Amino acid sequence: MRKLLCLCLLAGTSLLARADLRVFATVPEWGALAREIGGEHVTVYTATHALQDPHRIEARPSLLAQARRADLLVAAGAELESGWLPLVLRDSGNAVIQPGRPGYFEAAAQVKLLNVPTVLDRAHGDVHAAGNPHLHLDPRNVLKVGEALSVRMGELDPARAQAYQAAFRTFAGRWQAAIGRWEKQGAALRGVPVFVHHESFVYLSNWLGLREIGTLEPKPGVEPSSGHLTSLLARQQGQQARMVLRAAYNSDAASQWVAGKSGMPAVMLPYTVGGSPAASDLAGLFDDTLQRLLQALR
Amino acid sequence: MLHSSRWVLAAAGALVSLPALAGDADLQAVRAEISQLKAAYEQRIAALEARLQTAEQQAASRPAAIAEPPPVSRAAAPASGFNPEVSLILQGQYKNMKDVAERGITGFVPAGGHDHDHGGIAGISKRGFSVDHTELVLAANIDPYWRGQAILAALDGEVEIEEAWVQSLAIGHGIGVKGGRWRSGIGYLNEQHPHAWDFADAPLMYQALFGEHGSYTQDGLQFKWLAPTPLFLEFGAELGRGANFPGSDRNKNGAGAGALFAHVGGDVGLANSWRAGLSYLKTRAREREAHFEDVGGLEAVGAFDGRSTTWVADFVWKWAPDGNPKYRNFKFQTEYFQRREKGSLSCSDDELAGNACDPLAAGDSVTSAYKTRQSGWYAQGVYQFTPNWRAGLRYEQLDSGSRNFGANAANLVVDSYRPKKTTAMADYSWSEFSRVRLQYARDQSMQGLTDHQWTLQYIMSLGAHGAHKF
Repeated sequence: MRKLLCLCLLAGTSLLARADLRVFATVPEWGALAREIGGEHVTVYTATHALQDPHRIEARPSLLAQARRADLLVAAGAELESGWLPLVLRDSGNAVIQPGRPGYFEAAAQVKLLNVPTVLDRAHGDVHAAGNPHLHLDPRNVLKVGEALSVRMGELDPARAQAYQAAFRTFAGRWQAAIGRWEKQGAALRGVPVFVHHESFVYLSNWLGLREIGTLEPKPGVEPSSGHLTSLLARQQGQQARMVLRAAYNSDAASQWVAGKSGMPAVMLPYTVGGSPAASDLAGLFDDTLQRLLQALR
Repeated sequence: MLHSSRWVLAAAGALVSLPALAGDADLQAVRAEISQLKAAYEQRIAALEARLQTAEQQAASRPAAIAEPPPVSRAAAPASGFNPEVSLILQGQYKNMKDVAERGITGFVPAGGHDHDHGGIAGISKRGFSVDHTELVLAANIDPYWRGQAILAALDGEVEIEEAWVQSLAIGHGIGVKGGRWRSGIGYLNEQHPHAWDFADAPLMYQALFGEHGSYTQDGLQFKWLAPTPLFLEFGAELGRGANFPGSDRNKNGAGAGALFAHVGGDVGLANSWRAGLSYLKTRAREREAHFEDVGGLEAVGAFDGRSTTWVADFVWKWAPDGNPKYRNFKFQTEYFQRREKGSLSCSDDELAGNACDPLAAGDSVTSAYKTRQSGWYAQGVYQFTPNWRAGLRYEQLDSGSRNFGANAANLVVDSYRPKKTTAMADYSWSEFSRVRLQYARDQSMQGLTDHQWTLQYIMSLGAHGAHKF
């Protein structure tokens, strides 16, 4: 038995000694960013996809197997993954990706979070103590996270640190130009009142100047009820919402109901990379998001 | 800059006051004074300009990251920030079922020992309203190398340590070590606490094999190794005290129980994921007492000495459209168990009723060989059809199998029976933290009795967010 275990261990360590930096990204947006920076030098595994509610993931066996082999874990943080990631980290038997080690990277730690609750009480729903974790929908945050991530990847893989830096600078150049373009396109959206399904677009609204005047979920994480939706529509006497936004992973029932009652368009936003056919990478995500918003405005 | 502007003001003031002065000599003196002043502040301005230039150069040479304030400025957390994660599980129920004096499972040795107060298996025989164990969970990282967790279960005047363990964080190479008291990694349901169960009670076979808690808990050490493969492949070994049923407590060095298990799992497409496992548990029992019935219908106590081995095969399949379980998902779960016990059985008459083991009530006992081979299984499916509602069905069947009591076969009743139970449930969850469940069970676990059991149960958790274990 002991011999067998030793053999297994040897086989395991030899498999680990591979050239690529293995990145385990909890969400598609940071997986895509790691790919932009790492290019062909990294193997990126993305634990969730755009049609999954990132709050409701289970510590599946496949996630454990992937976390076991990762050199770098890129998490969104701010308790977005609190339901499954701590369990995966603990049971992975992988020391290098534990919180506090260089192999653990949290996007939320790189930017200033919005909607930090002053009162922590579950009577307010599934609140995140650190603030709203859906921070990637402000492209300026993507840049901040990318800068820190490229540095971290260089620390873990010093031989390619230069390559990561160069790739990030190229990406940042394109991204800055794109932000200018998006902001110009999105100027028409400034001050537009909208409804949202879940508080997943706070950073997008903050960046583009959209005014979120109501949330279909009565409390974060609590499914919309017809009573709440009716009162939501009744309350918006003075300021009419122009559209109702939901993420690709949200059920369309509630926003369609609101759209049917009020005549405002229900807009599905890709939310993350892979959420729509056009959102195949980070730039595509914002291109498609802007296009869908502007189309709804017309 | 502020400093030099004061000089300019002073100079201007001096110039403005010029016409008020009379006399050439005075004028000369003033002119000299002004030129002195001028020279002095020109010097000062030049010095300031030089300082400004060096400061600008220094700022430019510094990296941008330091020049900018850090993006996140969190207030210094008080020491209470290190308090462990705390959660409290509140659970209670209303149960409607037949009044059975000593509830048990026909053909299986009652795990609860021979305590009259509790009946065959304590806990499952409580009728009407009751509050289950109130579980207090405390957990935190101890340091970069260890994590600790304690689960205390409180019930009317007693607090029980359900689990109290430390787990390694920094060994690496896929190795995990756990020490203390923990739910054994055998089977699938064994590690799950009652609040995570999909039904109000544990499957019959768990109750038959491990007693009232419906799980096997060990004091000892657990080693796990996760293979570095894309397919989930996990191996575990446990060594422990083995004090709990089917073993018995002991006053000895070394280990009283050992277990081995292997798990394999993965995903099939986006929508499906699965896990299968095989486990083996071996324990030793010394004078493990249990209730038996003698051939004349009187009560007898049988004390078992020997080895008990258990095999468990488990399989779980989960489906969710697009892998998003929030709105709809289905879970199928099944486990098969087999237990073999070999040793000796000593039959006695504790009540001094003159039973077959001790017909003269003289305190004698009859010791014989004892060998059993028993099995059982359950299969269940739970379907969540809206974000709030789930419904589930469970079927289970046990087989009392072969029970060889040797010479004691002449003294004790050797039941042969196949207990069955069918359970249906529906539950509603307001959120991840609260759930209420209605359950109906048609229980034929006791020969000659069909018990229709209704359970209305609530499960609430408050505090730290629990983990979504697969």
